[in-house]
Amino acid sequence: MATVDLKDVRKVYAGGVEAVKGVSIDIPDKALCVLVGPSGCGKSTLLRMIAGLETISSGTVSIDGKVVNTVGPTERDIAMVFQNYALYPHMKVYDNMAYGLRNRGTPKDEIDRRVRDTAKTLELAHLLDRRPRELSGGQRQRVAMGRAIVRNPKVFLFDEPLSNLDAKLRGQMRVEIKNLQRSLGVTSVYVTHDQLEAMTLADVLVVMNGGLVEQAGAPLDIYEKPASTFVASFIGAPPMNLIALSGNALPEGTKLVAPVPPSAATLGFRPEDVELADAVHDAADGMDLEAQVEAVEPVGAESFLYSATGGGRIVVRVPGRAIAQPGDRLRVLVPVDKLHWFDQAGKRVS
Amino acid sequence: MSPRVVFPNKVLPYLLVAPQLAITLIFFYWPASQAVYQSTLREDPFGLNSKFVWFDNFKRVLSDPGYLNSLQVTAIFSVSTAFVSMAVALLLAVMADKVIKGRGLYRTLMIWPYAVAPAIAGMLWLFLFNPSIGSLAIGLRSLGISWDPLLNGTDAMILVVSAAAWKQISYNFLFFVAGLQAIPKALIEAAAIDGARETKRFWTIVFPLLAPTTFFLLVVNTVYALFDTFGIIHAVTGGGPGRSTETLVYKVYSDGALNQLMGVSAAQSVILMVIVIALTAVQFRYVERKVHYG
Repeated sequence: MATVDLKDVRKVYAGGVEAVKGVSIDIPDKALCVLVGPSGCGKSTLLRMIAGLETISSGTVSIDGKVVNTVGPTERDIAMVFQNYALYPHMKVYDNMAYGLRNRGTPKDEIDRRVRDTAKTLELAHLLDRRPRELSGGQRQRVAMGRAIVRNPKVFLFDEPLSNLDAKLRGQMRVEIKNLQRSLGVTSVYVTHDQLEAMTLADVLVVMNGGLVEQAGAPLDIYEKPASTFVASFIGAPPMNLIALSGNALPEGTKLVAPVPPSAATLGFRPEDVELADAVHDAADGMDLEAQVEAVEPVGAESFLYSATGGGRIVVRVPGRAIAQPGDRLRVLVPVDKLHWFDQAGKRVS
Repeated sequence: MSPRVVFPNKVLPYLLVAPQLAITLIFFYWPASQAVYQSTLREDPFGLNSKFVWFDNFKRVLSDPGYLNSLQVTAIFSVSTAFVSMAVALLLAVMADKVIKGRGLYRTLMIWPYAVAPAIAGMLWLFLFNPSIGSLAIGLRSLGISWDPLLNGTDAMILVVSAAAWKQISYNFLFFVAGLQAIPKALIEAAAIDGARETKRFWTIVFPLLAPTTFFLLVVNTVYALFDTFGIIHAVTGGGPGRSTETLVYKVYSDGALNQLMGVSAAQSVILMVIVIALTAVQFRYVERKVHYG
């Protein structure tokens, strides 16, 4: 039950490397904020600063309205799930979960009750007497979650908690984390490089790049209105198709019936925002693109057509089984309201 | 199961292990068997002929109050040496783990004492704490502490334990530093977030995870204190004053080499051998069970 506010937070390492270059985020109470970005973008450093594991070079981190810059991790009343779980290998699952409570002087019977309750919620009850090395990856992940939950802290911090699991388990745990977080109502910060995890979990999504926030907001808003070409190509799988405009000239084989913003340097559209046509399409507004299919990826429910155009390679998403074969020629139509425009610096132009 | 290497040639494998076997046989089994053999013999005073006396030497040794005293001295000496050297080394290693600037230099300097020969180390300590000329002894006396390792058995014991432990600290330090580095940082961080302060983190997380290192060093240090400290005792106290620092190994030497009681001395070394084998076996069998490897 706490808000987390970051104000112009910076991290400069001893060698002079600036990992975080002034980040301000307000996370409302009970919200799940996901920090997403490529490796080296400063998201983990930022999380560790919230945890108190890294010093803050400048700016302030506040938890529940109180600046915690000089408060150690021990006193911040947070819980963290680490990428490698960081379970204490010499302790049984029960003791792993009870450790934090014991350190805070919780009465013995209450520890026992809370550990057993949490274990039941996470379906760990039968594993309480095992040691971490006797558990599978998924079970370890649950114990790490349990260790965080049992303490009932002000804030949960997750540092890529699912990256060591296989794809199926990751999907399951993703849903479970979301449900748990919602039912417990604990403010959370979640770091990941997986855009799918980011999209599905976040109440507040923060896309980071090079130590700065590229865009923050609701996941679907970001998906629909990426603030930059970086966000456009990072959020969404496959990413947004980007076609460079040389001057105002369109690539060969492209027809455009739309108002082009004067500063536009790049044009983008989502792979699913297209229609395929057999013949040249003149009637409607929008973009009409000539493409040659190079590869087809059938995923089952949908298929991805990797195609070459005069403006570079694009991906087209079509539902179900693809009719096209490699070598086929396509006409790709993009409605005018599905076009995204970006300027020379990669910023969105409306 | 690791894959087995199959040699097409029948003789080659034996040739390959032969040097190692030869060394073990010549330098370990042969002297050991000689000791066992000698322990059943009694020589006349001139060493001209010897007589087979079964276990008579053992009977004599075990009923000798001097020997029982030596057992007690050895126990005190070994336990103290192992404990002091490991405790100090652990403390230094934990401190060294926190040093950020000049870490390499600090560690290198810590390792130097290991290169000092036992007898030299003993002499150093002897000079430092010599009641009449030792600089540290003068310091002690000016603090009002009466200090005389030449007359007082307890002082002598403190001196040899200090010298023996000091010599071993570097070795233990090295292993503890490596052991500390092998503990994942995330565990310490997790414990910090779990509300454990530094001291608590050390005793509940770091120390238990260091157990494999500690256990290994316990075995090594026990064997060191039992055998390798002869040089130090010989140089510092010569077993005295009285017999207050006469360990089992030192007694083997004084009975065998000085007093020429070969049979009795051999019986003592056989007993010593049995003690060390038993001790190591016990350590591996019972202590190791409590150790968690990763």
